[in-house]
Amino acid sequence: MATTLKPVDAVLVGFGWTGAIMGQQLCDAGLNVVAFERGPWRDTPTDFATGFAQDELRYMWRHHLFQNVSDDTLTIRNNVNQEALPMRHLGSFLLGTGVGSGGVHWNGQIWRFLPTDFLTKSHNEKRYGKKAVSAYDMTVQDWGVTYEELEPHYDQFDQLCGTSGKAGNLHGQIQAGGNPFEGPRSNEYPNPPMLQTYGPTLFGKAAAELGRHPFPHPTGNMSQAYTNPLGAQMGACTYCGFCEKFGCGNYSKASPQTTVLPYLLQKSNFTLKTECEVLRVELTADKKRATGVTYVNSAGEEFFQPAEMVILSAYVLQNVRLLLLSGIGKPYDPKTGEGVVGKNYAYQTMSSVNVFFEDKLMNPFIGAGALATVIDDFNGDNFDHGGLGFIGGAYIAGMVTGGRPIEMIYTPQNTPAWGLEWKHAAAKNYLRSFSLSIHGSCMSARGNYLDLDPTYRDIHGRPMLRMTFDFTENDHKMSDYLTDRAAEVAKAMNPREIKLNRRTGSWSVTPYQTTHNTGGAIMGDNPKNSVVNKYLQSWDVPNVFSMGAGAFPQNAGYNPTATLAALAYMSADAIKSQYLKSPGPLVRG
Amino acid sequence: MVTKVNLRRRQLLVGGVAAGIAGTAAAAALHDGELGAPPQTIRGAVPWKEGTADAPPGATGSGYTYFTPVEATFIEAAVARLIPNDEVGPGAVEANVPFFLDRQLAGPFGRGDHYYLGGPWPKGTPEQGYQSRFSPAQLYRAAIAAVDQYVGANLGAATFAKLAAADQDKLLKGLESGDVKLDGGVDAKSFFAMFLQNTKEGYFSDPIYGGNKDMGAWKMIGFPGAHYNYKDWVTRHGERVPFPPVGFKGRPGWET
Repeated sequence: MATTLKPVDAVLVGFGWTGAIMGQQLCDAGLNVVAFERGPWRDTPTDFATGFAQDELRYMWRHHLFQNVSDDTLTIRNNVNQEALPMRHLGSFLLGTGVGSGGVHWNGQIWRFLPTDFLTKSHNEKRYGKKAVSAYDMTVQDWGVTYEELEPHYDQFDQLCGTSGKAGNLHGQIQAGGNPFEGPRSNEYPNPPMLQTYGPTLFGKAAAELGRHPFPHPTGNMSQAYTNPLGAQMGACTYCGFCEKFGCGNYSKASPQTTVLPYLLQKSNFTLKTECEVLRVELTADKKRATGVTYVNSAGEEFFQPAEMVILSAYVLQNVRLLLLSGIGKPYDPKTGEGVVGKNYAYQTMSSVNVFFEDKLMNPFIGAGALATVIDDFNGDNFDHGGLGFIGGAYIAGMVTGGRPIEMIYTPQNTPAWGLEWKHAAAKNYLRSFSLSIHGSCMSARGNYLDLDPTYRDIHGRPMLRMTFDFTENDHKMSDYLTDRAAEVAKAMNPREIKLNRRTGSWSVTPYQTTHNTGGAIMGDNPKNSVVNKYLQSWDVPNVFSMGAGAFPQNAGYNPTATLAALAYMSADAIKSQYLKSPGPLVRG
Repeated sequence: MVTKVNLRRRQLLVGGVAAGIAGTAAAAALHDGELGAPPQTIRGAVPWKEGTADAPPGATGSGYTYFTPVEATFIEAAVARLIPNDEVGPGAVEANVPFFLDRQLAGPFGRGDHYYLGGPWPKGTPEQGYQSRFSPAQLYRAAIAAVDQYVGANLGAATFAKLAAADQDKLLKGLESGDVKLDGGVDAKSFFAMFLQNTKEGYFSDPIYGGNKDMGAWKMIGFPGAHYNYKDWVTRHGERVPFPPVGFKGRPGWET
């Protein structure tokens, strides 16, 4: 039987970005907070010191910092007519674990969604008609929150991370050198942009010649030393090319470790428990209130932690699973379209264009997680979709995250994958190639959802999460159109040749795409269409809050981290200013 | 090194503030990653302990510990076709890839430490990826036996290693495409994909893992290895970066 512990004000389930943000915010408000993380403690000098952090085999291919799926994975299928089978090895997405989680091994690509991205249904319907948002069984929704409401919280995250970049829109005034399509910003970035290597520079020139609007990628990689509002200090990035999938040994990448923990761990009202996995949220008999969480530690001991408030701050897939396992909210049924938990799972629609030069040395090993020049001309509704047959878009980035040779050797079209011909192509092209990343939106659709698997169970005997997902025709059309736009820029760089890697066929779990899983615990303006309100508060159990990209009703053509962080800050604000005074629903359903 | 050390961390290190770590009884490490270490309760400061760096588990010793002599013969012959040797750069055999593969299969990777191998085990669609009960080490063992059996039954040679190079290539292409069907419950395509991936890993990973001998594969392509700082080279567009490759243990010729 579980041992019952002393009650606390709030528990955090999972300790990545949203756990760190909520921990800091709630502890500063004087709450007694306990955070549970099922993975291990991790910190820079011990776990990713500069002496051994740049290890492609260990971190990328042996998944040393990622979720170990041998204990707990999920099952996957492309549609309801298939039998879902376990994801037996990580591939398409690289789930985080441990303190800091994905915030440790992300690239640091920091994006705000466009103002119109929060109005996916109403804006596109108004401009392109009803069919534009309902075709292909799409189930896109408005978010129930606006860019204007989120802007101060995006700014909070920029200040926390020390984002390096150049504003393109300050208080509505377009700024030279930034992204002219972005929503108005209240502040310039805290740090200037990163320096650009050869490839991104050539990309920017070519894009400008075509009339596009190139700008440096906003990034949580430090262009210079920075001290954030919590007093945490970071050092300037050395462009070593090992961000993505790696921890930074140099305190140069924003992470919960580098930005929040040194401050938060000094607070006497904060406790972090590692190797402790929350099994479920416990509810009162009427299921209207959470009483706390039951967790098991790595020694196999089970505990009940009573709490006034439960914050689900694990990854999307775990948050949704905990909601389902705990009986919070009505599960989504794709046949009837009723229910909400698990609804509107979405992903990211990725493609790329490789560029090969005969004589120019790109030196791809000089890189950083968000070292890129980008164009946003074809993202969201930044362009006229009339007659194109799709909504959404992508940013196109001439990007060099690094030149790690197991993963990142590009070879020309029709080069075999092995043999002398492959080896010669690798030797010839490694230093002289470059890649454009097309980072596309993913619209939600009726048949794409998350629920509990009927067959497979984890080491605790709980049903695994089941993911049913495939790209819609909308996203294929978007991706093809965007890949063609990227190819135009690639050709304008005057290379020897290019190679298009289009997004074709059904979603596959094997090749790495992105760890940008979204939806399943979506936000909205009423309990019929969403799991949580605009403050990420459960409509059904108002002392439960569900953080993260699970709240996205569909995914925009940007990396999700800044948006999910801004949502967490907004939630914390509402908890502090309203909920604590009068615990209960923050929005009337 | 110019690493910026967090001020509070520095205070902690020199000021001797006690970090409140209360580890309860240690459970046996189940797996690398979550639920693999004793539970900790962390409060009051960032914990840090001397001598606890999570250093990489390099390969040790010499000779094969996982492969039988028959299996080693197959591996050496096959990787020599996947990455052949010539004047452009080392082949996989010359880069010591067979030794790398042996140590990987003898260790956590071979045991499937990061694989979910629970049942049931239907075959699934190609999009559902790896679907086998075999751990990587078990898959290699079963696949090598199945390939040699296929060669004996269909190609008139005793083993894969005894085939002419062109016939070896043809068979490997058949495994790659899945046109060649193997017995013993082995999915040829899955095995080939893993084998090719692991071969490239041995060819290009840091030499501490036993392959990439003398960083020959890095020299061939021009990758400088685990280099810490390129700041001075970021805006020197198109120039050749003159650094010779360096691994975690330095480079050949370094005095230790």
